[in-house]
Amino acid sequence: MPRSNKPILWLPFAAGGLVAALVIPVLILITGLLLPLGIAHLPYEKMATFAHNLLGKLILFGTVALPTWHAAHRLRMTAHDLGLGGGFAVKAISYGSAWVLIAATAAALIAI
Amino acid sequence: MSEEVTLEILRYRPEVDREPRFQTYTIPYQEDWVVLDGLNHIKDYVDPTLSYRWSCHMAICGSCGVMINGEPKLACHAFLRDYRHDVIRIEPLDHFPIERDLVTVMDGFMEKLSSVKPYLIAKQAKDLSDGENLQTPLQLMAFKQYTLCINCLLCYAACPQCGLNEDFVGPAALALAHRYNLDSRDSGAEERADVVASNEGIWECTFVGACSEVCPKHVDPAAAIQQTKISASLDWFKARLLPGAHR
Amino acid sequence: MSRRPYLRKIKRSWWLGHRRYAVYMVRELTSLFAGLYCALLVVGLWRLVQGRVAWEGFLAALSSPLGVAFQLVCLAFASYHSVTWFALTPKAMPLAVRGEPVPPKMIVGLHYGAWVVVSLIVLIAAGV
Repeated sequence: MPRSNKPILWLPFAAGGLVAALVIPVLILITGLLLPLGIAHLPYEKMATFAHNLLGKLILFGTVALPTWHAAHRLRMTAHDLGLGGGFAVKAISYGSAWVLIAATAAALIAI
Repeated sequence: MSEEVTLEILRYRPEVDREPRFQTYTIPYQEDWVVLDGLNHIKDYVDPTLSYRWSCHMAICGSCGVMINGEPKLACHAFLRDYRHDVIRIEPLDHFPIERDLVTVMDGFMEKLSSVKPYLIAKQAKDLSDGENLQTPLQLMAFKQYTLCINCLLCYAACPQCGLNEDFVGPAALALAHRYNLDSRDSGAEERADVVASNEGIWECTFVGACSEVCPKHVDPAAAIQQTKISASLDWFKARLLPGAHR
Repeated sequence: MSRRPYLRKIKRSWWLGHRRYAVYMVRELTSLFAGLYCALLVVGLWRLVQGRVAWEGFLAALSSPLGVAFQLVCLAFASYHSVTWFALTPKAMPLAVRGEPVPPKMIVGLHYGAWVVVSLIVLIAAGV
């Protein structure tokens, strides 16, 4: 049997899972609870300054891109579990959406 | 005080049945009986045509795996008293073709098991005069739990990926490959990778974890597979990024 | 006597047949909500590109009832992802220090510790 090329999909999936686990909950806490309650403010100047910074761009990219990839791969596998087929359509929709979001992230971070 | 318990057993006799069907038996209940004792009672006193595998009656031979109320279990390892108020539904292990009654066709599994080369593969052939392989207790500890598999196939019955893809190499075979890969006396990981690291190997697994939950010997095949995913992924990148690495 | 093995095919609803598999499905679907939230973040980054007014509109949308409700659902699923991910990590990456295996609970504990530290860093950076 030929060796699989799954590792190219799986390693970023695993990294994305860890990033999602460590970072996403606190982000949602801020944007979904503390911001509406007025405890956190995310002023434009502060966010733009952070996003102008190269380190800030890298952090933002990693924080968004890796969990996105994680979700895409996991949803592709889950589609197979649900009997929605492991064919080209499922792969195109899942990884395709991820690539669109990742490209949009990169483009935004370059434009800021 | 004679108590009774009802067993609903899936029968299949290929020479007369078009498809499997349930047959109900009412047998005496005994506090210390396991389901296997119930099956033996049926075979000895009620219906000698009932077919099933069993041997040691002590959860070490791995022969008597069945589905009990939808859960993969060893018939010798499931006490009647834990089900005494239910009708006990007994079926052959999921995800295997049924040969007859509770007997499944295991040939596919036997092929998968041998395909992972479950034996020590030495780097170079050794002469007897070179002496024995030396191994410290710590080196043994590294792989010991993965040696405990009794090939009972409860893990294959529990694993949905085994049900969705009959070519999936499966938990027990992959755990055994891991047992040899971790053995300090072995150098065969690269050879095994053609099967282990294929799409039908570790990559069919989505870490449901049911295999490890039902394993009567606590082998933890799920852990074996996830650990192999990491090493296989690192090998994949090393082979492509490091100069001169063996592909 | 001829053989005629009979294969019972797995049902499409296999994951509804046992609590263990339903829980697995929920665990897998946590990634859908992480992905949707990330899509929201991408929108936010573009609002940042478009300038102050667009950004402040984005913040207002986040604070709307629908925005909060959606994010709270995401938060629940994201937290469940974290809990299950940490619980599974010791199985995938057993550690040994000088030959002695590190107890799985310690590996899980270290992850929770990292979770707290990272969360505090992000909260402080966000000016909370």
